[in-house]
Amino acid sequence: MNFPILSSLILLPTIGALFILFTKSSSGKYQSSKYVALFISLANFLLSLYLWYVFDKNSIDFQFVENREWLSGFINYKVGIDGISILFVILTTFITPICIISVNSTIKNRLKDFLIAILIMETFMIGVFCSLDLVVFYLFFEAGLIPMFLIIGIWGGERRVYSAFKFFLYTLLGSVLMLVAIISIYWITGTTDVEKLYELGIKAEYQNLLWLAFFSSFAVKTPMWPVHTWLPDAHVEAPTVGSVLLAAILLKMAGYGFIRFSIGLFPIASENFTMLVYILSLIAIIYTSLVALMQEDMKKLIAYSSVAHMGFVTLGIFTMTQQGIEGSIFQMISHGLVSAALFLSVGVVYERHHTRLINKYGGLVSIMPRYAIVFMVFTLGALGLPGTTGFVGEFLILMGAFEKNILVAMIASLGVILGAAYMLWLFKRVVFGEINNQELKSMKDLKTFEIITLSALVIPILFFGFYPEPLMNSIEASVENTLTMYNFDLINSLASKD
Amino acid sequence: MENFQYILPEIFISVSIMLFLLVGVFKKNSASLIYNLSNISLVILLALIINLSSLDTIYLFNNSYLIDNLSNYMKIILVGSGIFVMLTGSKYIQVINLNKIEYPILILSSILGMMIMISSNDLIVFYMGLELQSLALYVLASFNRDNLLSTESGLKYFVLSALSSGLLLYGCSLTYGFSESTNFDQILINSTEFNYGTTFGIVFILVGLAFKISAVPFHMWAPDVYQGSPTSVTLFFAILPKIAALSVFIKFLYTPFANMNDQWQTIIVFISIASMIFGAVAAIGQKNLKRLIAYSSISHMGYALAGLATVSNQGIQSSITYISIYLVMNLAFFSCLFMLKRNDKYYENIEDLSGLSKKHPILSFSLLIVLFSLAGIPPLAGFFAKFYVFLAVIEQSMYFLAIVGLLATVVAAFYYLRIIKIIYFDPEKEEYETSHNLGLKITLAISTIFILAYFIYPSGITEIVSKITMI
Repeated sequence: MNFPILSSLILLPTIGALFILFTKSSSGKYQSSKYVALFISLANFLLSLYLWYVFDKNSIDFQFVENREWLSGFINYKVGIDGISILFVILTTFITPICIISVNSTIKNRLKDFLIAILIMETFMIGVFCSLDLVVFYLFFEAGLIPMFLIIGIWGGERRVYSAFKFFLYTLLGSVLMLVAIISIYWITGTTDVEKLYELGIKAEYQNLLWLAFFSSFAVKTPMWPVHTWLPDAHVEAPTVGSVLLAAILLKMAGYGFIRFSIGLFPIASENFTMLVYILSLIAIIYTSLVALMQEDMKKLIAYSSVAHMGFVTLGIFTMTQQGIEGSIFQMISHGLVSAALFLSVGVVYERHHTRLINKYGGLVSIMPRYAIVFMVFTLGALGLPGTTGFVGEFLILMGAFEKNILVAMIASLGVILGAAYMLWLFKRVVFGEINNQELKSMKDLKTFEIITLSALVIPILFFGFYPEPLMNSIEASVENTLTMYNFDLINSLASKD
Repeated sequence: MENFQYILPEIFISVSIMLFLLVGVFKKNSASLIYNLSNISLVILLALIINLSSLDTIYLFNNSYLIDNLSNYMKIILVGSGIFVMLTGSKYIQVINLNKIEYPILILSSILGMMIMISSNDLIVFYMGLELQSLALYVLASFNRDNLLSTESGLKYFVLSALSSGLLLYGCSLTYGFSESTNFDQILINSTEFNYGTTFGIVFILVGLAFKISAVPFHMWAPDVYQGSPTSVTLFFAILPKIAALSVFIKFLYTPFANMNDQWQTIIVFISIASMIFGAVAAIGQKNLKRLIAYSSISHMGYALAGLATVSNQGIQSSITYISIYLVMNLAFFSCLFMLKRNDKYYENIEDLSGLSKKHPILSFSLLIVLFSLAGIPPLAGFFAKFYVFLAVIEQSMYFLAIVGLLATVVAAFYYLRIIKIIYFDPEKEEYETSHNLGLKITLAISTIFILAYFIYPSGITEIVSKITMI
């Protein structure tokens, strides 16, 4: 076995966190711990880039697989990546250093604890995307609750306790059913190894219930309507960096889970429940877009737009077409970048003006011209203008949807218009117009570290918007493989019925 | 002549008890000396038991005393946790003026009683052990006799426990009457045919045992006794009697009554579900940490019993693993409680934890780990405890039990989160003392690291436990 590169990716942030734990911080200033965290997360990012470089994009197999005996022989610690998961791993390692740079302004007290929480969180998030065993997946999936709960609860806003509890209990409630399903799968098939399960398949009679159990967990995490209500609360109360992590990566765990587990393991049930997912996704797209239009709080607006965007993702995944799934993955990556950027942008003005209410702002374009430019790029990215990543994702998803169900696709297209409406209106009210509020005039334009973080996000949004090929290349083979297996299983089950 | 070397641990501890009693009578002010000596004798006792544990199954005294893998493992964790209970409580009993010679001696006698219970293979021997441990526990509960709550808890425990012992005895006599023997193996052989007498016997015995393990609906003593007893005794209550009672539960269900599992299975499932739900819901409104941990232990016993309800080796092993991890979590939790001391006064209300994290980061971090582990959140040890249990439960397709149990964990998570919220999110209060005795610190460190690092090598306990087979 070669160098365990995935385990190092998973463990490196934790080691960094331990290191920070034992560093003595010079009184009041925690600069040293911040540099350690930044160094570790950048090292992790470079490691993941190297991983992408050596990754064989044409292979449909899982690569860099590590398989170790773990739970007394019957469950193994197994990690490995394919073309889909590697993108999420890179997204995670890319967003984390940005978060660490941005803590400068947002986190005033207990910076050291905060950095530890973020690094631990990174470990769990990478673990989710790498795990090839259901139990290991569940372990990482659930463990992420602990640092996130603390991030919202300790460093959050006024109603942080309520939001932290809501976040934790909602997600836990959804996940326990998944645990029952995972254990059932173990007793039905004798393994929780995902690769083996792909080969063995699960009997059709069990699939519907198991699918629903997994769905309960992923739907809460995605979040899908009607269990999305924890998200706006969590986003609004979380500190900027917490919102970024939540929107950029945590929400993607569920979308990833749908592709990897719901479709991969339960193809027949996925086919049965397609309509359910369509309807919930459409409600999410239309309803939450309308709700977003009416928001007065910027963070809440972006939170509702996240629900709508994730509605597109679930819709795309369950079209079961090459375009739809590829589009969903692309949309998730895009949303990871764009929503992170939007939350950071809100953080920028919040830190200066200490309010997130839209009507307190206006005319920022003349006070903060640089800010206005980057904010515009992100707004356009969020509404899916051609040339940004948002367009590629939504376009492919709608293509997939048109192939399967024209009515669904048409309703979903309405969501694109609504999305443009609320994002542009937000931009108009914040950036353009008269300066009604004289206090705004004292606001300074972007600081250096803000320019670094925001431009680090502008570049991929525009680059992959114009040239999505590198990302598409990476996912193509794996998506194709997923769909081939899916169709094969379906045909088999139909054949056995006849 | 019987092989006395096999019960050397029991003989050793009995002799020590008598010896310490004599020392206490003839030597003035020897409380601390006896406390330390008792601790040393527990360590020797542990060594003696481990020394025996390599042996196969051994029957002694006309098959009425049994030493096997189950009894050895249970005795090891019993005595092991006994050592830590003594270590953590030593400072506490000095501070609240309970450092009397009787205290360690009562603990030792209670441990002796539990060891006899664990090894018993006969109704009479079992009852003897049970009463020895209970009598010692009555006195321990009311040990702080100037304190109203403590005396109340002792009395309450005595009255209710006496009632349950009565029921248990009635069950034993019914069992004896209908199966013509007091020996467990003989009862198993004689009770092949269904009859109502034995069924009633089972019910009464289970009631008595459920009382000892504080499972719903025989839990009502637990909150008051936990709260009223001195904290070191509460810790003792929370761990050791539970180990012994669970061990006896396993023994009763899977030796004398193994053929009648269709009759007791429903009872255990009911007790288990009721405990899980009740423990989780009732703990929500609590203000006192000891009271809260009482309800939490009720629901934890529910999970341990869920493993027993499966009628499979896997289930028994999962219960034993559960109780092993449970005891470590309790040790860690109570170690934290012992650290909440300011000006020779111990604090035990949830509100006293407010803002603890700012002045005491390490203590709060330990509490955080322990509470998340009690709530069963991965990757902490408490998750694996529940995971094994549900693995066994779902193997038997008992989905209702599994789903109810897991939903109860969500409810339970709420009150654990509430404590974490108070520690981490609330404004800080006065500082607590930071100097603690070494035993307490070591216990907290070992138990926290165990909980935190359990996932690295989770098969350690399961491999030992997998030797215990009853069916």
